[in-house]
Amino acid sequence: MGCGMGKSRPLQEKAALLIQRWYRQYVARLEIRRRCTWNIFQSIEYAGEQDQIKLYNFFGFLMDHFTPASSERNLISHIFRENEICHETEWEKYFCYKGVEVPDSYNGPHLTFPMSFCGVSKLMEAFRHKQQLHARYVLQILGETWRLLRNLPNINHISVCHTKEITICGDLHGQLEDLLLIFYKNGLPSSEKPYIFNGDFVDRGKNSLEILLILFGFLLVYPNDVHLNRGNHEDHIVNLRYGFTKEVLGKYRFHGKKILKLLQKIFSWLPLAAVIDHKVLVVHGGISNSTNLHIVSRIDRHKVRGAISLMVCVQYVSVLRPPKMTHQRNSGNGDIDGPMEGRRRVRSLTNHSSAPAHRNNFHRRSLHNLSVGNYLSCSVEDELKKRRRLAGFDQSYGEMKTSDSDSDPEFRERTEIYGREWKQIVDLLWSDPMPQKGCVPNEVRGGGCYWGPDVTEEVLGRHSLQLLIRSHECKQDGYEFCHNRKVLTIFSASNYYEVGSNRGAYIRMGPDLVPRCIQYQASRTSRELTLRQSVGRTERSALQALKEQLFVHKSDLIRAFQEFDPDNMGLISLRHWATATDSVLKLGLPWRVLRPQLVSRTHYGMVNYLQWIKELSITDILETMYKNHSNLETIFRIIDTDHSGLISFEEFHQTWKLLSSHLKMEISDKAITDLAQSMDFNKDGSIDINEFMEAFRLTPLSLHQASECREAFFY
Amino acid sequence: MAENRQHTETVSDIHKKITTAFKLFDYDANNTVDAREISTIVFSLGCFPSQADLHQIIAEVEEGSSGYVHLDTFLPVMTKVLLEHRFPPIPVEHILRAFEVLDKENKGHLEEGELTKYMTEEGEPFTNKEMEEMLAVLLNNKRGLVYYRDAVGLLGFDGVMK
Repeated sequence: MGCGMGKSRPLQEKAALLIQRWYRQYVARLEIRRRCTWNIFQSIEYAGEQDQIKLYNFFGFLMDHFTPASSERNLISHIFRENEICHETEWEKYFCYKGVEVPDSYNGPHLTFPMSFCGVSKLMEAFRHKQQLHARYVLQILGETWRLLRNLPNINHISVCHTKEITICGDLHGQLEDLLLIFYKNGLPSSEKPYIFNGDFVDRGKNSLEILLILFGFLLVYPNDVHLNRGNHEDHIVNLRYGFTKEVLGKYRFHGKKILKLLQKIFSWLPLAAVIDHKVLVVHGGISNSTNLHIVSRIDRHKVRGAISLMVCVQYVSVLRPPKMTHQRNSGNGDIDGPMEGRRRVRSLTNHSSAPAHRNNFHRRSLHNLSVGNYLSCSVEDELKKRRRLAGFDQSYGEMKTSDSDSDPEFRERTEIYGREWKQIVDLLWSDPMPQKGCVPNEVRGGGCYWGPDVTEEVLGRHSLQLLIRSHECKQDGYEFCHNRKVLTIFSASNYYEVGSNRGAYIRMGPDLVPRCIQYQASRTSRELTLRQSVGRTERSALQALKEQLFVHKSDLIRAFQEFDPDNMGLISLRHWATATDSVLKLGLPWRVLRPQLVSRTHYGMVNYLQWIKELSITDILETMYKNHSNLETIFRIIDTDHSGLISFEEFHQTWKLLSSHLKMEISDKAITDLAQSMDFNKDGSIDINEFMEAFRLTPLSLHQASECREAFFY
Repeated sequence: MAENRQHTETVSDIHKKITTAFKLFDYDANNTVDAREISTIVFSLGCFPSQADLHQIIAEVEEGSSGYVHLDTFLPVMTKVLLEHRFPPIPVEHILRAFEVLDKENKGHLEEGELTKYMTEEGEPFTNKEMEEMLAVLLNNKRGLVYYRDAVGLLGFDGVMK
């Protein structure tokens, strides 16, 4: 290209300028959309976690007031029943792989023990080719892992001062592709190449078990050079909701429950943290102002169940058995009753003015203010009475069993100590950093804290540490520094929310203890997507998820809109639309920015809200079901204690009653029966959970089924 | 964004718009953003400034040489910009004409090399990264050509992108 004729040069210049301006504007708008999208996913994700906690709070309430004779005990008691097996030796027998035969027809990998590097390589190769390891070998690996983990301390002390570099990986969440990519880029674990895997290996992705087997394999081969930290998802009750339980049962129909039970043990034995050269702390969630590593190192970690498990399971044990070691949470965090305004999420891309208001209206019973003895407060009793009435349960319930034990001072002391230990662990696994100073309970997740830069200074100082490496939160670039570069978040599951949503990263650190972050993104497709396509795709996913949330709350939304429409014109201003939506969804999203994507038609700046809601609806009747899709599934899986995939009609019926009382909804018996019939479940009076859940996949039901449900399910 | 009739937009509406966009980048929740995000924020409010315009705005609102901008400083400045419609959107026809000017032989398309040369050497030049990204979006891969009419339609500019 020549430089053109002299006369046209200024014109050319102008043209170029214009195009550049135009293009840069486009890129900027793309960036804004990406931020919003990110926001959406995160808020929905955290809201989901909160939901989970609420559900278990409800179970907790119920369990506290059992009497031996009451009928509902049978429903719930067997859910959380402590197994009869108590001793380790008996567990060993139960988990023994020896009885499991490998048929000749099996063409997956065969393993020999003790585990060798060859064995793990064989395993990785097999998984890469989508083969499945036979249950016998799974049990064998898990058994060996369990034995090894029992000998490990709560906090592993690692040294890199012999010119070794160590690699630290964050959340993997069942995404095998990412793990393999890390190994490809960085090399396999070995004595020359030590690794720390910082928790959350499972849930959400579809290869959680494969990841575990590979990690455990390497752990067995290089026990001094491979270190695993427990994450908050290494918890069997969390797994019920977030997919790991389903994955295992789906892959191992016969041995699945045994594998899950063994994994439960393994999770409880996973170490809690690692310290490198006495200077760098690596832990999954984070810290709180009461974190004390000396206390942590002395705890019996396997006795302290995961946050949720504890509240539900162990508390249950305390109620129905004479307390050997009753567990009681101590709400020792002084900030609980502090002002609400301080509690904000880190990426506060939200409208702050709405935050304090809505939080005050939300009665959240988080893990923080649970305490067995306090249940005798009036409001709790009334609440429970109401719920039980709604559920059609027995009106009478006897005294709390723990009431006499409360009066025993020694018992009280033990439970207090236990409560403190429990809090130490939950803080390590569930906390998130925040920009503001201080330390407040993490109400969004329902466990752990938000801790500020001053707490970082203090805790690191107290332990003579210089850096905290943690995971637990997804980051767009795979890693992020905060608190004056004293805290580094590392997240290794790329494309976590959607293809193209984020990169993954891992850390390399040498004797200088300076972290170097390496990023990557699994999936060719995402690399080849242009910025526009990747934003577009992620955004569509996010908007779909958001629309589902809106749909689910439609009655509340209509009510909120009507408050701004006293004359019942059916129209409200865009501003009011944004305010009302925000107040109902409580996701703290920038609704004004999102509005064009959600509301396609406006009349002179006004929204016809009824029309809008109608357009949102997928089907008319299934609001409640969609809303509680995850809850439903979780409840079903809990009830199906033998993991057979079948629950009796009676259990199904009771489940619905429970759920409806939890949701403060009235569902008639007839409706439930009709529902079951229209779904065609009654085969021998049992219901196949998987069939049921298939029907509630978040895609529109067939018209036929929909209309059947319409009749069955009126509200 | 041009969905509201401009005459009904009040100052408080404008304030809200600016604040919302601002807060998207306020990571520390202290009403401050990195100065480098200002251009994105300004663009997102429907403005089409040149780089020179942006530098001027940033110079006006940045806290000394800290690299940060506070909402209190940004709000009045940006409000004025919006009330004055200082950087109005570029009509489609003008963009098309601009492309046509560059397309000297009236081919209806630009070659990759041509576009690159213009974008990286003229006006307020693109960085290599910007150029790469633009090509990725606009280039019809099979032939290495940019069919600019389609491109303009594709990217739109009205604020709502499909």
